[in-house]
Amino acid sequence: MTDAAAANPPQNPAKPSSSLLKQTDRMKQRNAAEARFKYYGIVAICVSLSVLFIMLWTIFSDGLSAFRQATFSFTVTLDAERLDPDGNRQRDEMMRVTTIGYTGLLNDNLIAYLGERGISTEGVTDKEIAAFISRDTPARLRHMVIADPSLLGQTIRFEGYATGRIDGYLKGRVTREIALLDVNISVAQLDLADRMVDDGLLSLKFNWGFLTNPDASDQRPEASGLGVAMIGSAYMMLLVAIMVLPLGVSASIYLEEFAPKNRWTDLIEVNISNLAAVPSIVYGILGLAIFINFAQFPQSSPLVGALVLTLMTLPTIIIATRAAIRAVPPSIRDAAMGVGASKMQVVFHHVLPLAAPGILTGTILGLASALGETAPLLLIGMVAFVANYPAGPFDGGILDPATALPVQVYSWASRADPAFIERSAGAIIVLLAFLLIMNILAIVLRRRFERRW
Amino acid sequence: MTVTVLILLLLALGAVGFFLGRARAMAASQGDMRRLHSLPNFYGWHGAIMAFLPALFFLTLWSIAQPLLIERQLAGFFPAEQFENETDRILLMADVRRVAQGIDSAVVAGALTPDQAIALNIADDDVRARLAEVGVALGSAVTAEVLQAAQSYRELASTGGLFRSIFTILIALGCLAYAIKITQADFRARNRVEAVALGMLMLASTIAILTTVGIILSMLSETIRFSTMYPFADFLFGLTWAPTFQGNSQLGLLPLLWGTFYISFVAMVVAVPTGIFTAIYLAEYASPRVRSVVKPLIEVIAGIPTVVFGLFALVTVGPFLREWIAEPTGLGTSGSSVMTAGIVIGILQVPFISSLTDDIMNAVPQSLRDGSYGLGATKSETVRQVILPAALPGIVGAILLAASRAIGETMIVTMGAGASAKLDLNPFEAMTTITVKIVSQLTGDLEFNSPETLVAFALGITLFVITLGLNVFALWVVRRYREQYE
Repeated sequence: MTDAAAANPPQNPAKPSSSLLKQTDRMKQRNAAEARFKYYGIVAICVSLSVLFIMLWTIFSDGLSAFRQATFSFTVTLDAERLDPDGNRQRDEMMRVTTIGYTGLLNDNLIAYLGERGISTEGVTDKEIAAFISRDTPARLRHMVIADPSLLGQTIRFEGYATGRIDGYLKGRVTREIALLDVNISVAQLDLADRMVDDGLLSLKFNWGFLTNPDASDQRPEASGLGVAMIGSAYMMLLVAIMVLPLGVSASIYLEEFAPKNRWTDLIEVNISNLAAVPSIVYGILGLAIFINFAQFPQSSPLVGALVLTLMTLPTIIIATRAAIRAVPPSIRDAAMGVGASKMQVVFHHVLPLAAPGILTGTILGLASALGETAPLLLIGMVAFVANYPAGPFDGGILDPATALPVQVYSWASRADPAFIERSAGAIIVLLAFLLIMNILAIVLRRRFERRW
Repeated sequence: MTVTVLILLLLALGAVGFFLGRARAMAASQGDMRRLHSLPNFYGWHGAIMAFLPALFFLTLWSIAQPLLIERQLAGFFPAEQFENETDRILLMADVRRVAQGIDSAVVAGALTPDQAIALNIADDDVRARLAEVGVALGSAVTAEVLQAAQSYRELASTGGLFRSIFTILIALGCLAYAIKITQADFRARNRVEAVALGMLMLASTIAILTTVGIILSMLSETIRFSTMYPFADFLFGLTWAPTFQGNSQLGLLPLLWGTFYISFVAMVVAVPTGIFTAIYLAEYASPRVRSVVKPLIEVIAGIPTVVFGLFALVTVGPFLREWIAEPTGLGTSGSSVMTAGIVIGILQVPFISSLTDDIMNAVPQSLRDGSYGLGATKSETVRQVILPAALPGIVGAILLAASRAIGETMIVTMGAGASAKLDLNPFEAMTTITVKIVSQLTGDLEFNSPETLVAFALGITLFVITLGLNVFALWVVRRYREQYE
């Protein structure tokens, strides 16, 4: 046989021109198509990632400046004659001097201080100098004095906000070309601002007020802050967590461990998967119709917001919890049953503790998505202008009007003054920081406690 | 006694019930726990549940029934014709409640003594001014009938509240006593407690159904009211959307529907190729290291709140498109446009489409790939001719789900698409969508008896039906055409 094989050497292929080492035209085409196809994939990834980075970059470059604020620091003589005309330091009588009185005092002090430091006020009227000070600043001085009447007659070092335009000039948002077109600010004022900065009278300082102040009106972007929005969001997250965790876990336990296979269970399953895909604004309509119109809960309250967000996140949390429960191996259940535990004891003593890390991870991620949700909150009135802090959580604060972080982003973005765009982007940075913390928490929980069988 | 105090009291009674039940069982066991049918804690839980649940149930029923009964009683104070129209009746009752609450808070604040509050009458006192002092603002002056009704309301409510507290506590104590009485050594406490627990779990799982029912009922009832005020055919087929405050609004759905679909179409044109090519690259070409970096980064997009994308559309994408494309080509002068909103929504949907497609492609068995390579196909030919056809039903399902999300997207279109409702083909014009108009009709001061407000509910149900239809269709496609591999 070997001879026969040797005697018949293999025939050469019919086409000697074709070689595996040399590409034919067709093969070249196919390889080019291959390269193109791979290239499309890289382009697609680059497109979405570059949009992500451009977005984050613009948000951060617009928003980081919201954390700094043009602040005056000068000496103010608190003239007792002007602030307490009756001279008896009675709180009620001092209350009669309104913010306007304090405005005049601050203006006079600022002009006097400029003269003292030898800063030239050439080309700027006294009224225009007065316009440097934010309208929020006299109110703060008034609060300070009323809280502590012993300050009267003293000369103190006082810090107060500059107006939004000056703030914008120091941050480079307002330029001389813009000032020529703007009736609220003149080039001479900007020159004076430069001289104030050189003197140290005016400077950019870290702005705690942005994190603690309540919202402010359209004319005072420099005084607006996230205080009420953060409290509102915190109340809502707390309430959502309190409501969604027991509900979601109970529903998942029932569906995963107890529910018989029948029409009713099927109906619930279909419902849950459909609810997970319902647009969030529909939940807003539901909240408006049921909780506000029918049950008469107060509008703009964190309680209603939390109820709406609970219903909205419930389906996603149920889906995540069921996955966590399903991941507990049946052998654990069998072993517990084998030593005489009832079905309920198996679930509560063994399955639930083992599934807890997964459930918590899912819940935190659900809460994170609820924290960023805006549309349903607009419909239940949380977009309203709220200038007062809600009360503490045990004094009925959950029924007081409040806003939420993402809603504050929206309402600032829809105002006319460009200074509010900076605030809006700053609010996004705060929101993203909270989301980042929650996501890292979820990842840490998963890494540390999740078991694989 | 307020409801909160009452519930706290019930909780305390529950705790007492736990210890009494447990102690009773321990006593019945005569020191040997093996005589008991269940573990001692189950007897405790039985006591706690009996003290708490029936009373809570009663309290809930009473709280629902009381206002309805009081309202019926108060009907005698008003002429019958004021009660005929439902909206009028609701407004009138709201007035009565507000006055009654105002008097109550005036008493609490010390502005009125309880006797003075009862003696209030319309001839001697300016009730509105007195209530304003304690911070209760009334819309209009108080009429004699309303004041009388409010006084009667206060009286009925306080008697009702008293009886509510008495009965609730009596029921709690009665049930607790019964629970203690039936606690014997052979009492099957565990079975009872577990039955109650199972009932609670079942109740929690019906929330999903209640939510759906709530969504449908609330929108449907308001839509029906809307259709009595505005011809429904005009709503469905009207070509103009022009709500006015004076009435005579034209509320045609078609311009909004057109804007919604146009923007979603642009979004899908961006999202589908980008998402699918991303998934193909990640599933078939990327090395494990690249994949482990790129995939989470893409998914970060899905975790960013939509309001952030909205601001991005408003501040960056809109002005960019206007200055570099719309104005040089003379197509438009507006920053907010179909393109602005569509592109940004498209980017938002990329991670959704890519991760679903990625999963589906990974589920295609390796043997199919190997077979294709064995026949001499290149990688891209394998993807195009073997893997994509096999994964097609899943991919189509993913695209349909993404389209449904794009249609329901609210914040990006509110901030980036504009507010003018028109039927236009130019993608650089501002257009508007169903969701934008729901937001604009339902924010601010609302009056729930004008068609301009109620139309939002009709829009809501339209949106709900469209998205639900797409979701159901997507699931059907996936089930009907799914390839089964061994």
